Amino acid sequence: MSKNKAKKEATEKEYRKPLIKRRKPNRSIAGDIALYLFLTLVAFVMAFPIIYAVSSALKPLDELFKFPPTIFAQHPTTDNFSDLFITMGKSWVTFSRYLFNTVFITAVGTAGHLIIASMGAFVLAKYEFPGAQGFFKVVTVAMMFTGYATAIPNYIILNKLGWIDTYWAIIIPAFASPMGFFLMKQFMEGLPTSLIEAAKIDGANEWKVFSGIVMPNVKPAWMTLIIFSVQALWNNKASTYIYSEERKTLVYALQQIQAGGIARTGQGAAVLVVVMIVPIIIFVFSESQILETMASSGLKD
Amino acid sequence: MKEFFNKYVTLRKHNARIAWKKAKRAKMCYAFLAPYAILFAMFFIFPVVASIYFSFTYYNILERPRFIGLQNYISLVLEDDIFLTSIKNTFMIAIITGPLGYIMSFLFAWLINELPRWVRSVAVIVFYAPSIAGNCYVIFSVFFRGDAYGYVNALLMNMGIIDAPILWLINPTYMLPICMLVILWMSLGTGFLSFVAGLQGVDKSQFEAGYMDGIKNRWQELWYITLPNMKPMLMFGAVMSITQAFGVCDVTMALCGYPSTDYAARTIVTHLFDYGYSRFEMGYACAIATVLFLIMILCNKAIQALLRRVGT
Repeated sequence: MSKNKAKKEATEKEYRKPLIKRRKPNRSIAGDIALYLFLTLVAFVMAFPIIYAVSSALKPLDELFKFPPTIFAQHPTTDNFSDLFITMGKSWVTFSRYLFNTVFITAVGTAGHLIIASMGAFVLAKYEFPGAQGFFKVVTVAMMFTGYATAIPNYIILNKLGWIDTYWAIIIPAFASPMGFFLMKQFMEGLPTSLIEAAKIDGANEWKVFSGIVMPNVKPAWMTLIIFSVQALWNNKASTYIYSEERKTLVYALQQIQAGGIARTGQGAAVLVVVMIVPIIIFVFSESQILETMASSGLKD
Repeated sequence: MKEFFNKYVTLRKHNARIAWKKAKRAKMCYAFLAPYAILFAMFFIFPVVASIYFSFTYYNILERPRFIGLQNYISLVLEDDIFLTSIKNTFMIAIITGPLGYIMSFLFAWLINELPRWVRSVAVIVFYAPSIAGNCYVIFSVFFRGDAYGYVNALLMNMGIIDAPILWLINPTYMLPICMLVILWMSLGTGFLSFVAGLQGVDKSQFEAGYMDGIKNRWQELWYITLPNMKPMLMFGAVMSITQAFGVCDVTMALCGYPSTDYAARTIVTHLFDYGYSRFEMGYACAIATVLFLIMILCNKAIQALLRRVGT
């Protein structure tokens, strides 16, 4: 019996093999090698500035100014990072305060955006009610212009609300980011409606359906919203909305250090790493979920 | 007759009940949408309206806005040379980096599509990282430093191509091209992710069918099968590219300074910042914003009309 099965499998494999080859009738080995070489080259060019930034952050001072420059640090140290902490520790507003500001803005802004955008996206994706289509169209149009185009009136509005020079000036507008809303809605449309109906028959109300059924099922989209929101908020200089030094963000403070010129080259490099590492790490860990969400990102007309 | 009438009444009652139920359910929907809708209206719709309104006024925040008609727009076009420079620069950047970045996004998404799974995910990280690497682009100011210690200068001097260092980021001739280079480096962003995901989702059986129908090479495969399947993603990617291309300001401000020499790297957005946040001429800044807004929306509409014809 098992012998028979093995034989069958073998024949099936025999049969499968040419089929796989036939799937790509036009791919030559030379072409594939050229492709790999090309991609490696481009990948190196793309990665070079980032690798260089990381390795400069690890270089001791004498190596930073060595010529010709070395790509990788010969004697890697964390001196630059500790120097950075020392410099910032002596500043009027401490490093931990800047860090807190940015973490607070990023965390609250992202959490709020996730909840509020998901609630709206849920009803838009799963229910039909007057005005739904129109609203979604407006959101897609809003993706077509950058925040810069509305920066001035936003400033005036925030000023009228009295939110200038508070965290809310950054956090609250971040809740309404159209991109996250759009992606969430598109992804939720892929959820089977039967799931929601079944829960309703069991007597769950809308909020329960939303929090108990829908949200756990769209976790990939969470990650996507989180990365877009974190990336926007973590890098937010907020220099136009926040004036008080003790409420300024990390990126702003770090840029002051970078502006310190040659003497601060090492610390400046450390700054770059501190700023970029957070979004990149989140992306690395959530890549597959983000790609899953992006699969439904298409704009249909 | 009476029976018929009764039936009619019950039917209407029934319909009314359904409608009421629907409205009730919709009330729930509105309640769910309300927080987002209110914030969105406040920070995205209302600002556009306000921007158009303020663009017809003189407004400096301290005094009440004073209506001055088209004066802001007239000054923009006729008196503000720097605005015209900024329009020229922005269009230069957008026309070169927009389409190139878009094509690069698609090309690389397509090229890495057939790689083994783990190679592909590494490649996605490598290509996508520059666009989320914060202000990592300032590292380019080290490469392009104006003295002989700048790597590009040193390299070119060692090779004997130039004999004196070039002030890359101060000389207006080189500013824009360098900014474009940096922007291109960062251009594999959200659209790229969308393309990667979309290409993975193309139904494999369509390719089989295509081979039966006599598709010969990858280009035909791309045009007749892949691209038509990717249309929604192509649209999305285009929106991302255009929005990015016209919103350039961070890179030019960080690399070339603000203001830059001879305003050679001034873009519409930096001009907007100048008038809005430095001079507090909000009315004038709003006129600039309105122009930018119109350019972006029109460009998007035009490109979408163009993309609808892909694969036909």
